[in-house]
Amino acid sequence: MTAGAATGSLLAVDDEEPGASALQRLSRLQGFQILVLLVVLLVGFSLLEPAAFASVSNLRAIVVNTAILAVLGVGMTFVIITGGIDLSIGSVLVFSGVVASKVMTAAGGQGWGVAILGILVAVGCGTAWGVINGVVIAKWNIPPLIVTLGTLGMSLGFAQIITGGVDIREVPEVLVDTIGYGQIGGEIPVLVVVSAILVVAGMVLLHRTRFGLYTYAVGSNAEGSRRVGVNVNRQLIKIYALSGCTAGIAGVLSLAYFQATTIGGQTTTNLNVIAGVVIGGTSLFGGIGSVFGTVIGLFVPAVLQNGFVVMGIQPFWQQVVVGAVLIAAVGIDQHRRTALVKGGPKRKGLSGAGTRKATKMLVTRSGSKAPETPT
Amino acid sequence: MSIVLEARGVSKRYGHVEALCGANFNVAAGEVVSLIGDNGAGKSTLIRIMAGTERPDEGELIFDGQPVELDSPSASHKLGIETVYQDLALASHLDPVRNIFLGREIMRPGILGRLGFMDNDAMKRDGRKALASLGATVRNFSGPVGAMSGGQRQAIAVCRAAAWAKKVIFLDEPTAALGVVQTANVLDLIRRVRDLGVAVVFISHSMPHVMEISDRITVLRRGATVATIKPAETNMQQLVGAMTGAVETGAEQ
Repeated sequence: MTAGAATGSLLAVDDEEPGASALQRLSRLQGFQILVLLVVLLVGFSLLEPAAFASVSNLRAIVVNTAILAVLGVGMTFVIITGGIDLSIGSVLVFSGVVASKVMTAAGGQGWGVAILGILVAVGCGTAWGVINGVVIAKWNIPPLIVTLGTLGMSLGFAQIITGGVDIREVPEVLVDTIGYGQIGGEIPVLVVVSAILVVAGMVLLHRTRFGLYTYAVGSNAEGSRRVGVNVNRQLIKIYALSGCTAGIAGVLSLAYFQATTIGGQTTTNLNVIAGVVIGGTSLFGGIGSVFGTVIGLFVPAVLQNGFVVMGIQPFWQQVVVGAVLIAAVGIDQHRRTALVKGGPKRKGLSGAGTRKATKMLVTRSGSKAPETPT
Repeated sequence: MSIVLEARGVSKRYGHVEALCGANFNVAAGEVVSLIGDNGAGKSTLIRIMAGTERPDEGELIFDGQPVELDSPSASHKLGIETVYQDLALASHLDPVRNIFLGREIMRPGILGRLGFMDNDAMKRDGRKALASLGATVRNFSGPVGAMSGGQRQAIAVCRAAAWAKKVIFLDEPTAALGVVQTANVLDLIRRVRDLGVAVVFISHSMPHVMEISDRITVLRRGATVATIKPAETNMQQLVGAMTGAVETGAEQ
């Protein structure tokens, strides 16, 4: 200690600004800005249309519409924190639903036995596609964008081959009556409860466990993590498997809710989920993100759409606004990562050149592993 | 002094490039040995082989008098061998304590630990202790290391390696990107690690730093060991000459 003080304390890291209040620290929390936006939207629509928008049934409809996307968002958040992407989730959802539906029809019956079989099959199918994504990405070093674009086509193609392109509409009644439309205490939809449980589980996994820590570490510095003994490939495979697994679960939820396999209805699901994750503050460049932010990020488009419908504005405006919010979210993320690289206690007035340079550094670093040249 | 780690006749090829051809190296407990050489002399390759991130084509490694196979970084970690890489290998989005324990987390006891829950309090406590034992005072344990200065990051990387290195620590150009004061601090840190009885291997292009800190200096040229000298018995011209081949020292081992 004394030696350190004498040499000017090598590691005298500046403390957080001493004046930083709890509120200021909260404002730096991921997803906080977007939470403010969501609250503003909710309050705004409620004031403008108190009867139609702020009713329990309308708010419940918004939550139900977001529930399935939120399940997908859990897996996608992990994937994007590693700096990857999973485009295949919508198709994997369809594939899992189709196979589960086929198996349940073959098994026959409307009871819990066949429903549980269907759930297991769907989760198994989703996880299997995720493992395929993960293995190809980790072991063959093919970019996630390409791999999951490939499996997007493959899984949807298989689903169409199995069904001949026609939706299956045979779903056990017990699934529809409980998960699809069941309500706990006559008020809270079971669908929302299932989704909320999975979201909370995702938060715990990401923020409290070693699995979550390694997810951030791999996204932050894959090569560095490998050198300190983290099995990066295995972690990536597990994360894509998790994303596939959530797609499989979403397949069951979708089957129960829509009472059909929605083969043609999931073409933009992947992009909607990715938009929600990114709006929620998870960085496409890896190392930063939260499941909480993702849920908020998914509610923003849902609330906008619902609010516009209620107000009689053309709902097409929702796409325009969400697009702008998405770009703004990535802009904020860019600024935040630049600040991280620049360092220093307070970073005001970043020059344009500095921003570009820092961004470029991050992009090149997160891009491909630099070959180690022997010296 | 007892030799902790020794490389004998180590060779390594990358395609047609012969990075190492029969290099010899050894380091004893509580001493600083500098490894110097021109670009492409094979310094980093030799370090990577001794740290277990690469395997030699020929030659053997001897640890505490026993031949060892180091086939992965974790194999060398188990023996108490740690490396500070040129690029530091820190996860810039994680805080200092998480970086120190990355890959070696302390898990909660019992079922929670088996489910993957970490003992964050224990890591924070031990992490602070590790940093303090090297005279480092970190007050912000929660900020990402990416937001810290180059010197601070360097110090965290050195502290991480020192905290785990029971036997040998490799430092690959730890002062290359640092200012005068920060460099002095890192050199100071190296002396403190050495005083704990750890064998320190120091790679640098800076001859003054090498002369200042080393107990012995090993010179590599074109993948082979050409000299091992004590700083008191040599001067910078002689070292540079040995590195470039302008002076034949003939003082091999």
